[in-house]
Amino acid sequence: MIKEKSLIEIRWHGRGGQGAVTTAEILAQAAISEGKFAQAFPSFGPERRGAPVQAFNRIDSREPVRIRADVTEPDYVVVLDPGLLEKVNVTSGLKKGGSVIVNTRKTAKEIQKEFKIKYPVATINASKLAREILGVPIVNTTVLGALIKVTGIVKKESAHAPLEKRFGRLGERNINAMETAYEQVAFEEQ
Amino acid sequence: MVTRVGIEVSIAVAEAVKLANADVIAAYPITPQTHIVEHLAELVADGELDAEYIPVESEHSAMSACLGSAAAGARTFTATASQGLALMNEVVYVAAPMRLPIVMVVANRSLSAPLSIWPDHSDMMSVRDTGWIQIIVENGQQAVDNTIIAFRIAEDQKVLLPVMIHQDGFTLTHVIEPIIFPAQEAVDKYLPKNRFPLPLNPDRPVAMGEFAPPFIFTETKWAQEVALQNSKKVIIKAWDEFAKAFGRKYMPVEKYHSEGAKVLIMTMGSAGETASVAIDELRKEGMDVGQIRLRLWRPFPFQELREAVKDAEVLIMMDRALSYGGPGGPVASEVKAALYNQTKRPKIVSYVISLGGRDTTVSGFKDIVKQGIEIADKGSKNEYEIYGVRE
Repeated sequence: MIKEKSLIEIRWHGRGGQGAVTTAEILAQAAISEGKFAQAFPSFGPERRGAPVQAFNRIDSREPVRIRADVTEPDYVVVLDPGLLEKVNVTSGLKKGGSVIVNTRKTAKEIQKEFKIKYPVATINASKLAREILGVPIVNTTVLGALIKVTGIVKKESAHAPLEKRFGRLGERNINAMETAYEQVAFEEQ
Repeated sequence: MVTRVGIEVSIAVAEAVKLANADVIAAYPITPQTHIVEHLAELVADGELDAEYIPVESEHSAMSACLGSAAAGARTFTATASQGLALMNEVVYVAAPMRLPIVMVVANRSLSAPLSIWPDHSDMMSVRDTGWIQIIVENGQQAVDNTIIAFRIAEDQKVLLPVMIHQDGFTLTHVIEPIIFPAQEAVDKYLPKNRFPLPLNPDRPVAMGEFAPPFIFTETKWAQEVALQNSKKVIIKAWDEFAKAFGRKYMPVEKYHSEGAKVLIMTMGSAGETASVAIDELRKEGMDVGQIRLRLWRPFPFQELREAVKDAEVLIMMDRALSYGGPGGPVASEVKAALYNQTKRPKIVSYVISLGGRDTTVSGFKDIVKQGIEIADKGSKNEYEIYGVRE
Protein backbone atom coordinates (compact mmCIF):
# COMPACT_ATOMS: atom_id res chain seq x y z
CA MET A 1 0.00 0.00 0.00
CA ILE A 2 1.32 3.41 -0.93
CA LYS A 3 1.11 5.80 1.99
CA GLU A 4 -0.22 9.26 1.30
CA LYS A 5 2.50 11.91 1.34
CA SER A 6 2.58 13.47 4.79
CA LEU A 7 5.40 16.00 4.35
CA ILE A 8 4.41 19.59 3.58
CA GLU A 9 7.10 22.12 2.60
CA ILE A 10 6.69 25.88 2.83
CA ARG A 11 8.92 28.69 1.61
CA TRP A 12 8.59 32.19 3.05
CA HIS A 13 9.69 35.24 1.10
CA GLY A 14 10.13 38.46 3.02
CA ARG A 15 12.59 41.21 3.71
CA GLY A 16 15.04 41.21 6.58
CA GLY A 17 13.14 42.55 9.63
CA GLN A 18 9.65 41.54 8.46
CA GLY A 19 9.63 38.46 10.63
CA ALA A 20 9.61 35.62 8.08
CA VAL A 21 11.96 33.60 10.27
CA THR A 22 9.97 34.29 13.44
CA THR A 23 6.72 33.19 11.84
CA ALA A 24 8.23 30.04 10.39
CA GLU A 25 9.39 29.31 13.95
CA ILE A 26 5.91 29.94 15.39
CA LEU A 27 4.31 27.70 12.77
CA ALA A 28 6.77 24.88 13.55
CA GLN A 29 6.13 25.26 17.26
CA ALA A 30 2.36 25.14 16.68
CA ALA A 31 2.73 21.93 14.65
CA ILE A 32 5.04 20.35 17.22
CA SER A 33 2.61 21.21 20.02
CA GLU A 34 0.02 19.14 18.10
CA GLY A 35 2.39 16.16 18.24
CA LYS A 36 3.50 16.62 14.63
CA PHE A 37 7.05 16.78 13.38
CA ALA A 38 8.30 20.09 12.06
CA GLN A 39 11.31 22.11 11.10
CA ALA A 40 11.82 25.85 10.71
CA PHE A 41 14.97 27.59 9.58
CA PRO A 42 16.16 30.71 7.79
CA SER A 43 18.24 30.88 4.64
CA PHE A 44 21.46 31.03 6.56
CA GLY A 45 23.65 34.03 6.17
CA PRO A 46 24.41 37.51 7.40
CA GLU A 47 21.17 39.24 8.44
CA ARG A 48 20.47 42.47 6.56
CA ARG A 49 17.41 44.57 7.25
CA GLY A 50 15.43 45.20 4.08
CA ALA A 51 17.17 42.61 1.92
CA PRO A 52 15.12 39.78 0.40
CA VAL A 53 15.24 36.78 2.75
CA GLN A 54 13.75 33.33 2.81
CA ALA A 55 12.65 31.07 5.60
CA PHE A 56 11.54 27.48 5.40
CA ASN A 57 9.17 25.03 7.05
CA ARG A 58 8.82 21.30 6.76
CA ILE A 59 5.84 19.84 8.58
CA ASP A 60 5.04 16.16 8.72
CA SER A 61 2.01 14.80 10.50
CA ARG A 62 3.34 11.26 10.57
CA GLU A 63 7.09 10.89 10.72
CA PRO A 64 10.21 12.82 11.77
CA VAL A 65 11.51 15.34 9.25
CA ARG A 66 14.86 14.10 8.02
CA ILE A 67 15.76 16.38 5.12
CA ARG A 68 18.20 19.18 6.01
CA ALA A 69 18.46 21.35 2.93
CA ASP A 70 16.72 24.49 1.73
CA VAL A 71 13.16 23.97 0.49
CA THR A 72 13.48 24.20 -3.29
CA GLU A 73 10.22 22.47 -4.25
CA PRO A 74 7.64 23.89 -1.85
CA ASP A 75 3.95 22.98 -1.54
CA TYR A 76 3.17 26.55 -0.49
CA VAL A 77 4.89 29.88 -0.95
CA VAL A 78 4.21 32.84 1.32
CA VAL A 79 5.06 36.37 0.20
CA LEU A 80 5.17 38.94 3.00
CA ASP A 81 6.20 41.86 0.81
CA PRO A 82 4.31 42.27 -2.50
CA GLY A 83 7.25 44.29 -3.85
CA LEU A 84 9.23 41.04 -3.98
CA LEU A 85 6.95 39.68 -6.71
CA GLU A 86 8.75 41.95 -9.18
CA LYS A 87 12.23 41.00 -8.00
CA VAL A 88 12.13 37.34 -6.98
CA ASN A 89 10.71 34.38 -8.89
CA VAL A 90 8.64 33.31 -5.91
CA THR A 91 7.03 30.32 -7.67
CA SER A 92 10.41 28.78 -8.48
CA GLY A 93 10.12 25.04 -7.94
CA LEU A 94 6.57 25.32 -6.57
CA LYS A 95 4.97 21.87 -6.81
CA LYS A 96 2.10 21.11 -9.14
CA GLY A 97 -1.00 21.68 -7.05
CA GLY A 98 0.87 24.16 -4.88
CA SER A 99 -0.38 27.64 -4.08
CA VAL A 100 0.84 31.11 -3.23
CA ILE A 101 -0.25 33.29 -0.30
CA VAL A 102 0.45 36.99 -0.83
CA ASN A 103 0.17 40.06 1.36
CA THR A 104 -1.39 42.54 -1.05
CA ARG A 105 -4.30 44.91 -1.45
CA LYS A 106 -4.85 43.57 -4.96
CA THR A 107 -7.10 40.63 -5.84
CA ALA A 108 -5.80 37.17 -6.58
CA LYS A 109 -6.78 37.54 -10.24
CA GLU A 110 -4.81 40.78 -10.52
CA ILE A 111 -1.75 39.17 -8.96
CA GLN A 112 -2.00 36.11 -11.19
CA LYS A 113 -2.30 38.29 -14.30
CA GLU A 114 0.30 40.91 -13.40
CA PHE A 115 3.01 38.42 -12.40
CA LYS A 116 1.97 35.55 -14.69
CA ILE A 117 1.45 33.18 -11.79
CA LYS A 118 -0.13 29.94 -12.94
CA TYR A 119 -0.95 28.71 -9.47
CA PRO A 120 -3.89 29.36 -7.15
CA VAL A 121 -3.29 32.58 -5.20
CA ALA A 122 -4.67 33.57 -1.82
CA THR A 123 -4.57 37.24 -0.88
CA ILE A 124 -4.74 39.11 2.38
CA ASN A 125 -4.25 42.83 2.92
CA ALA A 126 -2.00 42.16 5.88
CA SER A 127 -0.26 45.54 5.79
CA LYS A 128 -3.61 47.26 6.42
CA LEU A 129 -4.70 44.75 9.08
CA ALA A 130 -1.35 44.89 10.88
CA ARG A 131 -1.47 48.68 10.95
CA GLU A 132 -5.00 48.61 12.35
CA ILE A 133 -4.52 45.85 14.90
CA LEU A 134 -0.84 46.05 15.85
CA GLY A 135 -0.25 49.69 15.04
CA VAL A 136 2.81 48.76 12.94
CA PRO A 137 3.06 47.39 9.40
CA ILE A 138 4.81 44.18 10.53
CA VAL A 139 2.78 41.58 8.69
CA ASN A 140 4.25 38.24 9.61
CA THR A 141 1.79 37.13 12.27
CA THR A 142 -1.14 38.42 10.22
CA VAL A 143 -0.09 36.46 7.13
CA LEU A 144 0.30 33.40 9.37
CA GLY A 145 -3.49 33.43 9.86
CA ALA A 146 -4.02 33.40 6.10
CA LEU A 147 -1.56 30.55 5.64
CA ILE A 148 -3.23 28.47 8.34
CA LYS A 149 -6.67 29.00 6.77
CA VAL A 150 -5.50 28.10 3.26
CA THR A 151 -3.42 25.07 4.24
CA GLY A 152 -5.19 23.74 7.33
CA ILE A 153 -1.70 22.64 8.33
CA VAL A 154 -2.31 23.35 12.02
CA LYS A 155 -5.28 24.44 14.08
CA LYS A 156 -5.16 28.22 14.49
CA GLU A 157 -5.51 27.78 18.26
CA SER A 158 -2.18 25.91 18.26
CA ALA A 159 -0.44 29.14 17.27
CA HIS A 160 -1.76 31.00 20.34
CA ALA A 161 0.78 29.71 22.86
CA PRO A 162 3.85 30.25 20.63
CA LEU A 163 2.59 33.77 19.76
CA GLU A 164 2.09 34.59 23.42
CA LYS A 165 5.50 33.23 24.31
CA ARG A 166 7.20 35.15 21.55
CA PHE A 167 5.42 38.50 21.92
CA GLY A 168 4.68 38.63 25.63
CA ARG A 169 2.26 41.46 26.36
CA LEU A 170 1.77 42.00 22.62
CA GLY A 171 0.78 38.36 22.23
CA GLU A 172 -2.93 39.02 22.38
CA ARG A 173 -2.83 41.63 19.62
CA ASN A 174 -0.79 39.32 17.39
CA ILE A 175 -3.31 36.53 18.03
CA ASN A 176 -6.08 38.96 17.06
CA ALA A 177 -4.22 39.87 13.84
CA MET A 178 -3.70 36.21 13.01
CA GLU A 179 -7.37 35.35 13.68
CA THR A 180 -8.63 38.31 11.63
CA ALA A 181 -6.51 37.30 8.63
CA TYR A 182 -7.78 33.75 9.07
CA GLU A 183 -11.32 35.08 8.56
CA GLN A 184 -10.54 37.55 5.78
CA VAL A 185 -8.16 35.72 3.44
CA ALA A 186 -9.49 35.51 -0.12
CA PHE A 187 -8.66 32.42 -2.12
CA GLU A 188 -8.81 32.22 -5.88
CA GLU A 189 -8.39 28.93 -7.72
CA GLN A 190 -6.29 29.25 -10.83
CA MET B 1 8.85 15.61 33.72
CA VAL B 2 9.69 14.73 30.11
CA THR B 3 8.75 17.56 27.73
CA ARG B 4 8.60 17.71 23.92
CA VAL B 5 8.97 21.21 22.54
CA GLY B 6 9.75 23.03 19.30
CA ILE B 7 13.00 24.83 19.99
CA GLU B 8 16.15 25.97 18.22
CA VAL B 9 18.85 23.34 18.55
CA SER B 10 21.40 25.82 19.98
CA ILE B 11 19.01 26.82 22.76
CA ALA B 12 18.24 23.16 23.39
CA VAL B 13 21.95 22.36 23.74
CA ALA B 14 22.34 25.19 26.26
CA GLU B 15 19.37 23.72 28.15
CA ALA B 16 21.12 20.33 28.09
CA VAL B 17 24.20 21.93 29.69
CA LYS B 18 21.85 23.28 32.35
CA LEU B 19 20.33 19.82 32.86
CA ALA B 20 23.89 18.52 33.27
CA ASN B 21 24.37 21.22 35.90
CA ALA B 22 27.71 22.56 34.63
CA ASP B 23 29.76 24.55 37.15
CA VAL B 24 31.85 26.66 34.79
CA ILE B 25 31.31 27.93 31.26
CA ALA B 26 34.14 29.86 29.62
CA ALA B 27 33.42 30.82 26.05
CA TYR B 28 33.84 33.41 23.33
CA PRO B 29 31.00 33.91 20.85
CA ILE B 30 31.47 33.03 17.19
CA THR B 31 28.99 32.28 14.40
CA PRO B 32 27.32 29.73 14.28
CA GLN B 33 27.96 28.77 17.91
CA THR B 34 26.73 32.11 19.32
CA HIS B 35 23.20 31.16 20.39
CA ILE B 36 24.50 28.33 22.58
CA VAL B 37 26.76 30.48 24.73
CA GLU B 38 24.40 33.48 24.60
CA HIS B 39 21.62 31.37 26.10
CA LEU B 40 23.96 29.92 28.71
CA ALA B 41 25.00 33.45 29.71
CA GLU B 42 21.30 34.28 30.10
CA LEU B 43 20.62 31.17 32.18
CA VAL B 44 23.48 32.07 34.51
CA ALA B 45 22.53 35.78 34.68
CA ASP B 46 18.89 34.89 35.43
CA GLY B 47 19.95 32.56 38.22
CA GLU B 48 18.51 29.51 36.45
CA LEU B 49 21.89 27.83 36.28
CA ASP B 50 24.19 28.08 39.28
CA ALA B 51 27.48 28.36 37.40
CA GLU B 52 30.38 30.70 36.77
CA TYR B 53 30.16 32.19 33.30
CA ILE B 54 33.57 33.52 32.30
CA PRO B 55 33.29 35.94 29.35
CA VAL B 56 36.85 35.60 28.10
CA GLU B 57 38.58 37.77 25.50
CA SER B 58 39.36 34.99 22.99
CA GLU B 59 38.96 31.29 22.32
CA HIS B 60 42.55 30.73 23.39
CA SER B 61 41.60 32.15 26.78
CA ALA B 62 38.35 30.20 26.81
CA MET B 63 40.13 26.87 26.62
CA SER B 64 42.83 28.06 29.04
CA ALA B 65 40.13 28.96 31.58
CA CYS B 66 38.52 25.56 30.97
CA LEU B 67 41.80 23.78 31.75
CA GLY B 68 42.05 25.53 35.11
CA SER B 69 38.43 25.01 35.91
CA ALA B 70 38.45 21.29 35.08
CA ALA B 71 41.71 20.88 37.04
CA ALA B 72 39.95 22.38 40.06
CA GLY B 73 37.30 19.67 39.73
CA ALA B 74 34.50 21.80 38.30
CA ARG B 75 32.15 20.48 35.62
CA THR B 76 33.32 22.53 32.65
CA PHE B 77 31.73 23.43 29.32
CA THR B 78 32.67 25.51 26.32
CA ALA B 79 31.65 25.83 22.69
CA THR B 80 33.26 27.24 19.59
CA ALA B 81 33.54 26.92 15.81
CA SER B 82 35.85 27.39 12.86
CA GLN B 83 38.35 30.26 13.35
CA GLY B 84 37.62 30.14 17.07
CA LEU B 85 38.64 26.51 17.21
CA ALA B 86 41.72 27.33 15.15
CA LEU B 87 42.73 30.11 17.54
CA MET B 88 42.11 27.75 20.46
CA ASN B 89 44.13 24.96 18.87
CA GLU B 90 47.32 25.26 20.95
CA VAL B 91 45.39 24.81 24.18
CA VAL B 92 43.01 22.16 22.81
CA TYR B 93 46.03 19.84 22.64
CA VAL B 94 46.78 20.34 26.34
CA ALA B 95 43.47 19.05 27.74
CA ALA B 96 43.75 15.37 26.78
CA PRO B 97 47.25 14.50 28.08
CA MET B 98 46.44 16.41 31.28
CA ARG B 99 43.35 14.19 31.50
CA LEU B 100 40.95 17.08 32.03
CA PRO B 101 37.29 16.17 31.46
CA ILE B 102 36.09 19.26 29.57
CA VAL B 103 33.04 19.10 27.30
CA MET B 104 33.09 21.24 24.17
CA VAL B 105 30.46 21.64 21.48
CA VAL B 106 31.83 22.54 18.06
CA ALA B 107 29.27 24.13 15.73
CA ASN B 108 31.10 22.94 12.63
CA ARG B 109 31.94 25.63 10.11
CA SER B 110 34.49 25.95 7.35
CA LEU B 111 37.87 27.61 7.85
CA SER B 112 38.99 30.79 6.05
CA ALA B 113 39.91 31.80 3.38
CA PRO B 114 37.69 32.69 1.61
CA LEU B 115 35.60 33.75 4.56
CA SER B 116 32.60 31.49 5.02
CA ILE B 117 30.29 31.26 7.99
CA TRP B 118 28.66 28.11 6.62
CA PRO B 119 29.10 24.50 7.68
CA ASP B 120 31.59 21.83 6.71
CA HIS B 121 34.05 19.67 8.62
CA SER B 122 37.33 21.50 8.00
CA ASP B 123 37.38 22.81 11.58
CA MET B 124 36.73 19.32 12.91
CA MET B 125 39.64 17.91 10.94
CA SER B 126 41.99 20.59 12.29
CA VAL B 127 41.67 19.05 15.77
CA ARG B 128 41.66 15.41 14.73
CA ASP B 129 44.84 14.52 16.59
CA THR B 130 44.29 16.49 19.78
CA GLY B 131 43.44 13.36 21.75
CA TRP B 132 39.86 14.37 22.52
CA ILE B 133 36.98 11.92 22.35
CA GLN B 134 34.96 13.13 19.35
CA ILE B 135 31.28 12.40 18.78
CA ILE B 136 29.32 13.58 15.75
CA VAL B 137 25.57 14.16 15.78
CA GLU B 138 22.95 14.38 13.04
CA ASN B 139 19.92 16.07 14.58
CA GLY B 140 18.93 18.23 17.51
CA GLN B 141 17.84 15.36 19.72
CA GLN B 142 21.20 13.65 19.29
CA ALA B 143 22.93 16.95 20.11
CA VAL B 144 20.98 17.34 23.35
CA ASP B 145 21.37 13.72 24.40
CA ASN B 146 25.07 13.56 23.64
CA THR B 147 25.81 16.82 25.46
CA ILE B 148 24.51 15.16 28.62
CA ILE B 149 26.21 11.86 27.82
CA ALA B 150 29.53 13.64 27.14
CA PHE B 151 29.90 14.78 30.76
CA ARG B 152 29.36 11.23 31.99
CA ILE B 153 31.97 9.85 29.60
CA ALA B 154 34.53 12.62 30.22
CA GLU B 155 34.30 12.48 34.00
CA ASP B 156 34.28 8.67 34.29
CA GLN B 157 37.28 7.71 36.46
CA LYS B 158 38.34 5.19 33.82
CA VAL B 159 38.34 7.89 31.12
CA LEU B 160 39.16 11.41 32.38
CA LEU B 161 39.43 12.82 28.89
CA PRO B 162 37.88 15.84 27.19
CA VAL B 163 34.95 15.25 24.82
CA MET B 164 33.99 17.19 21.70
CA ILE B 165 30.49 17.06 20.28
CA HIS B 166 30.48 18.05 16.63
CA GLN B 167 27.23 19.45 15.31
CA ASP B 168 27.04 21.15 11.95
CA GLY B 169 26.59 24.91 12.09
CA PHE B 170 23.25 26.32 10.87
CA THR B 171 21.85 23.06 9.48
CA LEU B 172 21.75 21.90 13.10
CA THR B 173 22.42 24.89 15.32
CA HIS B 174 19.85 27.24 13.76
CA VAL B 175 16.96 24.86 13.09
CA ILE B 176 13.79 24.80 15.17
CA GLU B 177 12.72 21.21 15.62
CA PRO B 178 11.03 18.95 18.17
CA ILE B 179 13.26 18.11 21.13
CA ILE B 180 12.43 15.77 23.97
CA PHE B 181 13.97 17.04 27.19
CA PRO B 182 14.56 14.40 29.85
CA ALA B 183 13.42 15.11 33.39
CA GLN B 184 16.00 16.70 35.71
CA GLU B 185 15.80 13.83 38.22
CA ALA B 186 16.45 11.30 35.47
CA VAL B 187 19.50 13.26 34.29
CA ASP B 188 20.76 13.55 37.87
CA LYS B 189 20.43 9.80 38.21
CA TYR B 190 22.21 9.13 34.91
CA LEU B 191 24.98 11.67 35.43
CA PRO B 192 26.77 11.25 38.77
CA LYS B 193 28.61 14.13 40.44
CA ASN B 194 32.02 15.00 39.04
CA ARG B 195 34.65 13.37 41.26
CA PHE B 196 37.88 14.55 39.69
CA PRO B 197 40.54 12.50 41.53
CA LEU B 198 43.23 15.14 42.06
CA PRO B 199 41.63 18.57 42.04
CA LEU B 200 43.80 21.65 42.46
CA ASN B 201 43.67 22.58 46.12
CA PRO B 202 46.08 24.96 47.92
CA ASP B 203 46.06 22.66 50.96
CA ARG B 204 46.98 19.57 48.95
CA PRO B 205 49.34 20.78 46.21
CA VAL B 206 49.73 18.72 43.04
CA ALA B 207 51.74 19.38 39.88
CA MET B 208 49.99 19.02 36.51
CA GLY B 209 51.20 19.30 32.93
CA GLU B 210 54.83 18.90 33.98
CA PHE B 211 57.97 19.08 31.91
CA ALA B 212 58.72 15.69 30.25
CA PRO B 213 62.28 14.99 29.06
CA PRO B 214 62.90 12.27 26.44
CA PHE B 215 63.20 9.46 29.00
CA ILE B 216 59.51 9.78 29.92
CA PHE B 217 57.77 11.62 27.06
CA THR B 218 57.01 8.51 24.96
CA GLU B 219 55.48 6.81 27.99
CA THR B 220 53.17 9.76 28.67
CA LYS B 221 52.02 9.73 25.05
CA TRP B 222 51.46 5.98 25.14
CA ALA B 223 49.47 6.36 28.36
CA GLN B 224 47.35 9.01 26.64
CA GLU B 225 46.77 6.73 23.64
CA VAL B 226 45.82 3.75 25.82
CA ALA B 227 43.42 5.94 27.80
CA LEU B 228 41.72 7.09 24.61
CA GLN B 229 41.51 3.58 23.15
CA ASN B 230 40.12 2.22 26.41
CA SER B 231 37.50 4.95 26.57
CA LYS B 232 35.49 3.20 23.85
CA LYS B 233 34.17 0.64 26.31
CA VAL B 234 32.96 3.39 28.64
CA ILE B 235 31.45 5.37 25.75
CA ILE B 236 29.47 2.32 24.60
CA LYS B 237 28.34 1.64 28.17
CA ALA B 238 27.30 5.28 28.62
CA TRP B 239 25.26 5.07 25.39
CA ASP B 240 23.71 1.71 26.42
CA GLU B 241 22.69 3.03 29.80
CA PHE B 242 21.31 6.17 28.22
CA ALA B 243 19.16 3.94 26.00
CA LYS B 244 17.91 2.06 29.08
CA ALA B 245 17.04 5.27 30.89
CA PHE B 246 15.75 7.41 28.01
CA GLY B 247 14.97 5.02 25.13
CA ARG B 248 17.31 6.47 22.51
CA LYS B 249 20.27 4.37 21.46
CA TYR B 250 23.61 5.48 20.05
CA MET B 251 26.42 3.35 18.62
CA PRO B 252 29.92 4.04 17.25
CA VAL B 253 28.79 3.03 13.75
CA GLU B 254 25.07 3.21 13.12
CA LYS B 255 23.36 1.21 10.40
CA TYR B 256 20.50 2.03 8.08
CA HIS B 257 19.36 -0.83 5.83
CA SER B 258 23.01 -1.82 5.66
CA GLU B 259 22.72 -5.51 6.62
CA GLY B 260 23.53 -7.56 3.54
CA ALA B 261 23.41 -4.53 1.20
CA LYS B 262 25.92 -4.74 -1.65
CA VAL B 263 26.34 -0.99 -1.90
CA LEU B 264 26.83 1.22 1.17
CA ILE B 265 27.22 4.92 1.60
CA MET B 266 28.91 6.30 4.70
CA THR B 267 28.05 9.71 6.13
CA MET B 268 29.05 11.76 9.12
CA GLY B 269 27.01 14.68 10.49
CA SER B 270 23.81 16.50 9.62
CA ALA B 271 23.60 15.34 5.99
CA GLY B 272 23.11 11.80 7.25
CA GLU B 273 19.35 11.86 7.46
CA THR B 274 18.95 13.60 4.10
CA ALA B 275 21.07 10.77 2.68
CA SER B 276 18.77 8.25 4.39
CA VAL B 277 15.79 9.67 2.48
CA ALA B 278 17.79 9.09 -0.72
CA ILE B 279 18.50 5.52 0.41
CA ASP B 280 14.76 4.93 0.94
CA GLU B 281 13.99 6.19 -2.56
CA LEU B 282 16.75 4.13 -4.18
CA ARG B 283 15.57 0.99 -2.37
CA LYS B 284 12.07 1.69 -3.64
CA GLU B 285 13.57 1.77 -7.14
CA GLY B 286 14.93 -1.70 -6.39
CA MET B 287 18.56 -0.88 -5.64
CA ASP B 288 20.40 -2.93 -3.02
CA VAL B 289 21.83 0.01 -1.12
CA GLY B 290 22.23 0.87 2.56
CA GLN B 291 23.91 3.44 4.76
CA ILE B 292 26.26 3.57 7.70
CA ARG B 293 26.79 6.66 9.78
CA LEU B 294 29.88 7.36 11.82
CA ARG B 295 28.90 8.54 15.29
CA LEU B 296 32.28 8.12 17.00
CA TRP B 297 35.22 9.74 15.23
CA ARG B 298 37.76 9.35 18.06
CA PRO B 299 38.56 6.79 19.27
CA PHE B 300 38.02 5.42 15.77
CA PRO B 301 35.74 2.34 15.87
CA PHE B 302 37.82 -0.03 13.71
CA GLN B 303 36.08 -3.22 14.75
CA GLU B 304 32.55 -1.83 14.36
CA LEU B 305 33.39 -0.37 10.96
CA ARG B 306 34.85 -3.67 9.66
CA GLU B 307 31.81 -5.53 10.89
CA ALA B 308 29.40 -3.02 9.30
CA VAL B 309 30.95 -3.23 5.81
CA LYS B 310 31.75 -6.96 5.76
CA ASP B 311 29.07 -7.89 3.19
CA ALA B 312 29.41 -4.79 1.01
CA GLU B 313 31.01 -4.79 -2.43
CA VAL B 314 31.04 -1.02 -2.82
CA LEU B 315 31.46 1.62 -0.13
CA ILE B 316 30.84 5.23 -1.14
CA MET B 317 32.36 7.71 1.31
CA MET B 318 31.06 11.23 1.93
CA ASP B 319 33.49 13.74 3.39
CA ARG B 320 32.80 17.39 4.15
CA ALA B 321 36.44 18.40 4.28
CA LEU B 322 39.42 18.24 1.99
CA SER B 323 43.00 17.26 2.78
CA TYR B 324 44.69 19.48 0.22
CA GLY B 325 47.27 17.75 -1.93
CA GLY B 326 46.41 14.52 -0.16
CA PRO B 327 43.88 11.71 -0.47
CA GLY B 328 40.82 13.98 -0.55
CA GLY B 329 38.40 13.19 2.25
CA PRO B 330 39.99 12.62 5.66
CA VAL B 331 37.33 10.13 6.77
CA ALA B 332 37.61 8.13 3.54
CA SER B 333 41.34 8.02 4.05
CA GLU B 334 40.94 6.51 7.53
CA VAL B 335 38.33 4.05 6.35
CA LYS B 336 40.65 2.88 3.58
CA ALA B 337 43.43 2.42 6.13
CA ALA B 338 41.11 0.49 8.43
CA LEU B 339 40.10 -1.92 5.66
CA TYR B 340 43.35 -2.29 3.68
CA ASN B 341 44.58 -5.41 5.46
CA GLN B 342 41.21 -7.17 5.41
CA THR B 343 41.08 -10.14 3.08
CA LYS B 344 37.54 -9.24 1.99
CA ARG B 345 36.84 -5.56 1.61
CA PRO B 346 34.59 -3.35 -0.47
CA LYS B 347 35.81 -1.13 -3.28
CA ILE B 348 35.92 2.39 -1.90
CA VAL B 349 34.80 5.45 -3.83
CA SER B 350 35.54 8.71 -2.08
CA TYR B 351 33.40 11.84 -2.47
CA VAL B 352 33.96 15.31 -1.04
CA ILE B 353 30.60 17.07 -0.73
CA SER B 354 28.90 20.11 0.78
CA LEU B 355 31.89 22.35 1.45
CA GLY B 356 31.12 25.71 3.05
CA GLY B 357 27.40 25.08 3.45
CA ARG B 358 26.39 23.99 -0.05
CA ASP B 359 23.41 21.67 0.32
CA THR B 360 23.58 18.14 -0.97
CA THR B 361 19.93 17.34 -1.59
CA VAL B 362 18.11 14.01 -1.70
CA SER B 363 18.49 13.90 -5.47
CA GLY B 364 22.15 14.84 -5.03
CA PHE B 365 22.74 11.81 -2.83
CA LYS B 366 20.90 9.56 -5.29
CA ASP B 367 23.09 10.92 -8.03
CA ILE B 368 26.24 10.26 -5.99
CA VAL B 369 25.22 6.65 -5.32
CA LYS B 370 24.59 5.97 -9.02
CA GLN B 371 27.83 7.68 -10.10
CA GLY B 372 29.73 5.94 -7.29
CA ILE B 373 28.61 2.49 -8.41
CA GLU B 374 29.78 3.27 -11.93
CA ILE B 375 33.17 4.50 -10.69
CA ALA B 376 33.56 1.37 -8.56
CA ASP B 377 32.89 -0.68 -11.68
CA LYS B 378 34.95 1.24 -14.24
CA GLY B 379 37.48 3.00 -12.09
CA SER B 380 38.39 6.69 -12.09
CA LYS B 381 41.51 8.68 -12.84
CA ASN B 382 40.87 10.72 -9.68
CA GLU B 383 41.96 9.95 -6.13
CA TYR B 384 38.56 11.29 -5.09
CA GLU B 385 35.52 12.96 -6.61
CA ILE B 386 34.31 16.42 -5.62
CA TYR B 387 30.55 16.50 -6.11
CA GLY B 388 28.90 19.24 -8.12
CA VAL B 389 31.97 21.42 -8.51
CA ARG B 390 32.08 23.89 -11.44
CA GLU B 391 35.46 23.60 -13.08
